[in-house]
Amino acid sequence: MARDAPPRWDRRMQQRLARGEAAALGELYDRFAALVHSQAHRMLDDEDAADQVTREVFGYVWENPDAYDPKHGSMRSWVARLTHRRSVQRLRSEHGVDHGTDTDARAADLEHRVLKATAAARADYIVASMPAPLRAALELAYVQRRDYRQAAADLGVTGDEARRRLRLGLQLLSTANTRPSADSAPPGYGPTP
Amino acid sequence: MNGDHGGDGRDGEQPAERRIPGPRAAADDQESLPPVRHRGSEPPEPPEPPDPPGPSAPPLPHRVLKSLLGAWALAACSAEETAAVEEHLTSCARCADEALRLRDAVGLLHTDGTLDLDPMLRSRVLEGCLGRRPARIPVPSWAAPYDAETARLDALLRDIRDSEWHAPVRLKWFEGDQQVNRRTTVAGVIGHLMAVDGLVSTALGLDDPLGKGDGSPPPTPTGRTEAYWSAALRPPTRTVREPWRDQSHSLVRTVSFAGRGVAEMSVPYGDFALPLQDSLLERAFECWVHGGDIADAVDYPYEPPAAAHLQRMIDLAARLLPATLSERRRVGLAAPARHLVTAGSPGRSLHLEVEGRGGGDWYIALDSPAALGSADHTVAQVALDGVEFCRLVAGHVPPVEAAAGQEGDREAIRDVLFAAASLSRL
Repeated sequence: MARDAPPRWDRRMQQRLARGEAAALGELYDRFAALVHSQAHRMLDDEDAADQVTREVFGYVWENPDAYDPKHGSMRSWVARLTHRRSVQRLRSEHGVDHGTDTDARAADLEHRVLKATAAARADYIVASMPAPLRAALELAYVQRRDYRQAAADLGVTGDEARRRLRLGLQLLSTANTRPSADSAPPGYGPTP
Repeated sequence: MNGDHGGDGRDGEQPAERRIPGPRAAADDQESLPPVRHRGSEPPEPPEPPDPPGPSAPPLPHRVLKSLLGAWALAACSAEETAAVEEHLTSCARCADEALRLRDAVGLLHTDGTLDLDPMLRSRVLEGCLGRRPARIPVPSWAAPYDAETARLDALLRDIRDSEWHAPVRLKWFEGDQQVNRRTTVAGVIGHLMAVDGLVSTALGLDDPLGKGDGSPPPTPTGRTEAYWSAALRPPTRTVREPWRDQSHSLVRTVSFAGRGVAEMSVPYGDFALPLQDSLLERAFECWVHGGDIADAVDYPYEPPAAAHLQRMIDLAARLLPATLSERRRVGLAAPARHLVTAGSPGRSLHLEVEGRGGGDWYIALDSPAALGSADHTVAQVALDGVEFCRLVAGHVPPVEAAAGQEGDREAIRDVLFAAASLSRL
């Protein structure tokens, strides 16, 4: 996909991090901070918590660059998985602290929140990594409230093509709603290790 | 086809929904298939010529109805099409199924993308990391302001739209004690920063962003900028972001590996030169100033640098002032020296008292760049805010309006303030 960095970048970044190069850490942050922070924020709905997860995720990557295995997907998808895992842990622990006595109903409520937050964060990830033409069509229709004919004109494509892109974009996005198990890589984050 | 969003091929970007105007009416009632709302309050569009209006219109084929499901879920088709799709859904289970799914997917889109990343988070996160595992190859402290300012500007650029890259920007500076200006665009400013950063790249033996071309590029910041602007066949676009950012990343990386001695390596600017550590500081300063110009042009907030970085920038300007004064004196723009000072001894000084963020006290030697600034030989004092001093040095405020507090030798004060403004250039 257009957005995914070439694997060469991933491998090189891994080497540079392993070598202890602070400049590489800065570049890593520049590339992924917005992803990590927005995903964490989508899941936790709290600025400070998202800041904290951002620190933890980059701290983990910096301390454990060898934990990344390029055979199992892009570094971007790995970082997204780490963010997801950390955010879920945080949701769970907050819940545990708030309600010492966990009833079944509360546990179910928590699972519901985790699933909802996961789907929302995954949807963002999917939108960010879908092919640019699909994203542009969705943006015109959803954000700028253009109908598909206007969107087609804006994009310089036929009405047929605009309809196709909107449908395909939503189809991709709808995979965010498929039920994941919280710790495995959900669809959209690339292959599961 | 992907000229817009895919153009920079950069990873780590936000979904396109970032930074979006007003929210769309909720499309997230996911309980039931909704009656679809029509676009705003506008009357429904007349059908297109191939679909003759009226009840006599032939039913749309299944293939077309299916292709409309995405547009339907987004409430992005005409009233007639909406009615036709909804009619169809009552009789086609597969399409109804997909319609529900797509409708739910729309509920996952969102417009609350105004949450910009706090620019100061970067340094906190990096510090946290380096506390857990110290770097074996650190970024030199004198390169930190450049690293931070380029990252901050890049974050601003990530958030602006394609069209905003063409927003007009008026660059201002001082020439012969007159404020002059030059119009360019947001993308033009980034091209300017890239062309001048290229002086540092060249000094370090990295590729020159102006390329090899015919003959060597001009050696001055202004000459390089003009060369870059005039060589472009078309006005620059957001595609300039990636080469600019790549160059700044590779500068930081290169100086990290280069070892201690490199800090003093001379970077030629044509008619003067700076040691590398000052040169990168000067580039950080420009990056902040032009980041502010860009932010103004696209109506974004843009904060001053971190206090420690701002202080280094002020210090650099203060260190450059004595030589600038002497150069201005030579061409008759400043009053003659009053005393002969032996090199290395204290001489008549102006006390520059900078308040607020990045503040401190500097003593500017007035009679010779070789003299030492000295608190005991102060003949004048100027007090002003740190950011205001930087705006003066950037040529953004006229010297006569700059200082909040002035005391003592008026001629010395005037000369120093004008010299500060004359540090600015395109």
